[in-house]
Amino acid sequence: MIYQGKQKIWSDYQKDIPDDHWFYVRSCIRQNFFPASETHFVKIVRDLLGKDLYETEHHTTCGGIAYHSDTIPQETAMTIVARQFSLMKEAGYKNLVTSCITSFGNYCEILETWREFPELETRIREHLWKACRREFDKPEYVCHASDVIFKLRGEIAEKAKFRLVDRATGEPLRVVEHIGCHYSKMFPHKGVGGAEYPCVLSGMVESWGGQVIDYPERRHCCGFGFRQYLVKANRGYSISNTHKKFESMEPYRPDLIITNCPGCPYFLDRWQYVIAEQTGKTYGKDGHGIPALTYEELAGLVLGYDPWDLGLQIHQVGPELLLDKMGVPYDPARKYLGLNEKDIMKPGLPTVLKCC
Amino acid sequence: MMDFGFSLSPSSAVDLDKVDLSLYRRLEQTSPDIRHCIACGSCSATCMAAEYSGMSVRKLILNLQRGADVRKMLSCCMLCGKCTMVCPRGINTRKLILDVCRYYPERP
Repeated sequence: MIYQGKQKIWSDYQKDIPDDHWFYVRSCIRQNFFPASETHFVKIVRDLLGKDLYETEHHTTCGGIAYHSDTIPQETAMTIVARQFSLMKEAGYKNLVTSCITSFGNYCEILETWREFPELETRIREHLWKACRREFDKPEYVCHASDVIFKLRGEIAEKAKFRLVDRATGEPLRVVEHIGCHYSKMFPHKGVGGAEYPCVLSGMVESWGGQVIDYPERRHCCGFGFRQYLVKANRGYSISNTHKKFESMEPYRPDLIITNCPGCPYFLDRWQYVIAEQTGKTYGKDGHGIPALTYEELAGLVLGYDPWDLGLQIHQVGPELLLDKMGVPYDPARKYLGLNEKDIMKPGLPTVLKCC
Repeated sequence: MMDFGFSLSPSSAVDLDKVDLSLYRRLEQTSPDIRHCIACGSCSATCMAAEYSGMSVRKLILNLQRGADVRKMLSCCMLCGKCTMVCPRGINTRKLILDVCRYYPERP
């Protein structure tokens, strides 16, 4: 197919995403923040859509969080990453899929560094051999898990039981999409739509019936920023960032926020509680907040998975208003029952933010 | 209010739909060359008061365009006129400062 004019320009912003055969690496922090998201990514891609997705229990953190927090040098992160590549080689895969945006940025940064400085790659190969007698091949494709869901969004839409539509009015839900900074701000050509028009999440939202809303601070950082949060003295910067985003999106009355990064849903969710306690202000309807979901959770909701199995009770902002709007059934009595019906205990309620 | 050990910093964002630009609009009438400013900073670089007082004609014009209060900055100006001499766009900055002083309800 020959692309011309605007079509050709837009084709330059596209990204090759493999159809199948992925080696999946989990995130170190997402499993604590929103533990059901990765499980449901595997359920959706492997079990429901029948794709070949492999993961190994020998995989570790990529070192990205320590690297971005200035606690380990990049060479250490490179050796950790080299070990993940060796696991992938051992399993016979060539397409790497990362769950975490920072991992994605870390892998891309390391591969680009090795391309520019091949002698460094040679040194890392030596480090890996000395450390654990392993050898590795570089992946042919590095994708983020949201790229995979973006690729499969049509198949998910075909199997959807619910759509991102207000059942009462028939209007599409108003969705804010927030893309992690390490997705395409570091290497624009590695993201769908580049840094200027990243459409990895907006593509999903539109396929599933929602309406993406644009607002002035749409591409602003969520506020995590690693050291801005990890150093307590800097947390004022972190929450101010998030506050700026909420102030900017508030007039557009969003129904939910969808994100593709480990830190973004966490901070966009939890800071709503802190902002409410500090200023008395909430951004949702009638004293509620705006639910901030991961793309796996949203895909799971659309596909009809139980909201409590998806881990929505782990969020600070209660999802009930959103579930009612979409028409998703849920049992309030099961909200705080975890795996095997184990009681995970009801948390204390905030004084300002309404949570259910 | 709960104390978390950190708090919100005031935003530096300027919402041009909400600020009062009446002073700037008035200045555009009496000193139309204010629109010629390219914010090169020559005026600030040559200002004798800048180093000790924070006076900056470039910042003054920027703040006027954003509807911010410039009275404190004006009080530092010694009206020496060096900024007028170095302005590559030929803006009469000394007159501009005098005009701003005149339009403020109380003397800076």
